[in-house]
Amino acid sequence: MSAPLLSISGLTRRFGGLVAVDGVALEVRPGEIVGLLGPNGSGKTTVLNLISGALKSDGGSIQLRGRALEKLPAYRIAREGVARTFQLVRVLGSMTCKENVIAGLAFGPKSRWGEEASLAAHQLLVRVGLASRANVMTSELTYIDQKRLELARALAMQPELLLLDEWLAGLNPTELRDGIELIRSLRAEGRTILMVEHVMDAIRSLCDRCYVMNAGRKIAEGTPKDVLADPEVIRAYLGDADA
Amino acid sequence: MSARNLVIVLALAGLVALLALVPSVANGYQLSLAINIMNYTVLATAWTLFSGPTRYVSLATVAFFGIGAYTVAVLGEVLAWPLVLLIAFVIGFMLSLLVGLSTLRLSGVYFVIFTFGLAELVRQLVTWYEVNVTRTLGRYVFVDITTEQIYWQLLALAVAVFISGWLIQRSKLGLALRVIGDDEAVARHVGINTTMAKVVLFAFSASFMTLAGAVMAPRWTYIDPAIAFNPVVSFQVLIMALLGGVHRLYGPVFGVIPLALLFEFLLAKFPNHFSIMVGIAFLLIVYAIPRGIVGLIEGAQLSLHRLKGAKA
Amino acid sequence: MFTEPLLSGITLGGIYALIAMGLTLQYGVARIMNLSYGESLVAASFAALWLFTAVSVNPLVGLLIIVPLAALINWLIYQVLLTPLVRRAANRDALEVDSILATFGLLFVAQGIMLAIFGGNYFSYDFLSIPVKIFGATVSASRLLALGFAVIIGLTLYLGLTRTRAGTAIRAVAVDPVSALLVAIDVRATAAFAYALGGALVAAGGVLVSMFLTFNASLGVVFTMKALIVVIMGGVGNLLGCLIAGMILGLTETFVATYIDPGLTLAATYIIFILVLLLRPQGLFGVKRS
Repeated sequence: MSAPLLSISGLTRRFGGLVAVDGVALEVRPGEIVGLLGPNGSGKTTVLNLISGALKSDGGSIQLRGRALEKLPAYRIAREGVARTFQLVRVLGSMTCKENVIAGLAFGPKSRWGEEASLAAHQLLVRVGLASRANVMTSELTYIDQKRLELARALAMQPELLLLDEWLAGLNPTELRDGIELIRSLRAEGRTILMVEHVMDAIRSLCDRCYVMNAGRKIAEGTPKDVLADPEVIRAYLGDADA
Repeated sequence: MSARNLVIVLALAGLVALLALVPSVANGYQLSLAINIMNYTVLATAWTLFSGPTRYVSLATVAFFGIGAYTVAVLGEVLAWPLVLLIAFVIGFMLSLLVGLSTLRLSGVYFVIFTFGLAELVRQLVTWYEVNVTRTLGRYVFVDITTEQIYWQLLALAVAVFISGWLIQRSKLGLALRVIGDDEAVARHVGINTTMAKVVLFAFSASFMTLAGAVMAPRWTYIDPAIAFNPVVSFQVLIMALLGGVHRLYGPVFGVIPLALLFEFLLAKFPNHFSIMVGIAFLLIVYAIPRGIVGLIEGAQLSLHRLKGAKA
Repeated sequence: MFTEPLLSGITLGGIYALIAMGLTLQYGVARIMNLSYGESLVAASFAALWLFTAVSVNPLVGLLIIVPLAALINWLIYQVLLTPLVRRAANRDALEVDSILATFGLLFVAQGIMLAIFGGNYFSYDFLSIPVKIFGATVSASRLLALGFAVIIGLTLYLGLTRTRAGTAIRAVAVDPVSALLVAIDVRATAAFAYALGGALVAAGGVLVSMFLTFNASLGVVFTMKALIVVIMGGVGNLLGCLIAGMILGLTETFVATYIDPGLTLAATYIIFILVLLLRPQGLFGVKRS
């Protein structure tokens, strides 16, 4: 078994009296797609925010290839090779699609600029199916296209680890099928992905392994099939059978 | 370079050459008006250089302007002119780095508040120094610089501001600032050191303001802290930039020219009610034309364009 | 020797706390970053001066006239000038920038009016400037009286906000305007009320200050600055924080003025501000925002 790309242990984050993330440990190995599941409010997005540096942790360690990330500011973590999408899609509203992708190309670990960036941006837009919309303002995009664009911007950074925060949420069945295909094609490229997701079909068909959280703690880990059959996971989602 | 760009560059060069000829045709009053307009063009454009893309409102223009003026008042007679300008530039740069580093990593409000009082602080410190150390409040500025030279220096400074602004817009720094203006969280997550980008740009902008103050200092033969750090200057710069429009580098010019003329008129007609008038003019602009004149024109163009599109 | 600056520092600090409480209401609840705040204070000082010298109305009686009037004027300012900004603002940041710009314009209008009426000279009047001895130190009676009133007003406000229905509504809007709307609180009316209440507090501060400080038409900016620093130091929306931060500022200023140099009090204020920004930007008693 190869050495983990990302390894987290004892990760903790409090908001006032609430412990949103409570001593969580997890690992992602190179080339894996790992799912992070759990009911709403269980702390999944907070974990992603802690990895990407959007939030600072109150304790525990986050290591990418053995390098400590937990003390670094978000922009340094991005340059270390972690890219992400956001739960509520965030595209840059005053720019065109192409400029959005160039924003991802220009400042990442393998910075590209000028003609080279322009070419790469085009390729990425082709990759996510937005080639025809390169010069369209992002404010004119549909929701799914904004999500595609956000993914292209994240991929532009050539991340070692890609964090997807409910990237498939809110899509209709056709869009969902396309979306799953797109993520599957990323696996074929050898990308490593940690995804927070609620869509069970996507989890079953994409994830190698899953972690399940509830109330800030990790309650299960294993293959999608195993964890979704785990009684404690079912209890977390549905409550006690006799309640 | 494409033919269109070449035409634009030549036209701009011609405009600068024409502007350089102003002192040879203007009378004393017209020249002083031209100096006033040129000074505010530098200040308002330098202001927009930083505040346009980042949307941070700086109220400290006169703090830097006054520091430039004071540098000349203190060193003007002792050192060669270019050296004095260089020192003014360095002082402005260092102070703005200090201010930027302590406020720009926080939310915008802290920056506004800090710059709001900065001119007052600097004014009080200078006053304290003059009263306690030199024991005279005012200073005479004796520098061998003619009015025409002041105008040309301001013109050169204006050209420098525009060229730097244009270069920055085309650079990675320029893109970084647009990303920050749109969404700072995204900016950090694509690897932009947002604090550094903002601080560098703020220092650039403030250094130009300091230089403008230094160049303008010989206009007064006598300065004291109340003249050099007059808060109305910060206020006027802000209102001119807003009237013109801050989302384009050339926007402020459209605010500087009408307002410089209006202020000239108000100052002559209502010297005692000047600040009330300026305040009201400012409120009108904030409420009626929040995107400035350039924004209005672009909006009109866009709706015209859409109208044509609908007909076709 | 030591008790004298301590006492005057405490009186000054009490007044600062009172002034900052008004600003924390306007900014924390109504989300208006009011740069013309100090002008309201100076205007109240001038009103008290005029009442005392022209119609010989005692400033404490003057409070009863000036404070309600200030509340009314501020309420009108919110309804007429600020409501359009609240309506057009896409989000909280946009409102902050717009309100900064609008109140910056107001600052110049208000200052211009006062300059036109009173000129740039410093004013003061003689009210209860009788020396009183406490703990071996001499303080003027007017200062002590001002502190007493500041404490009463501050305490009333604190109890009002924590113990009454209207106070709870105000605090709810401060925490989360959207959720407040969901529990049937009229957010805009509450914001207008908070803004007016803030204006009333600063006017009270202005009247009290006029009893023992000399002031002029362009002093507003300095008071706005100080109020802002106290609010940030205490944590936005935190009344108790205002009190402690106000005391820290008042004491620092008085000690710097007494033992170092009166010309450096503003510099000292700024040093405190920078230290707070660098070390605890969320305020001494604030909680980190997520």
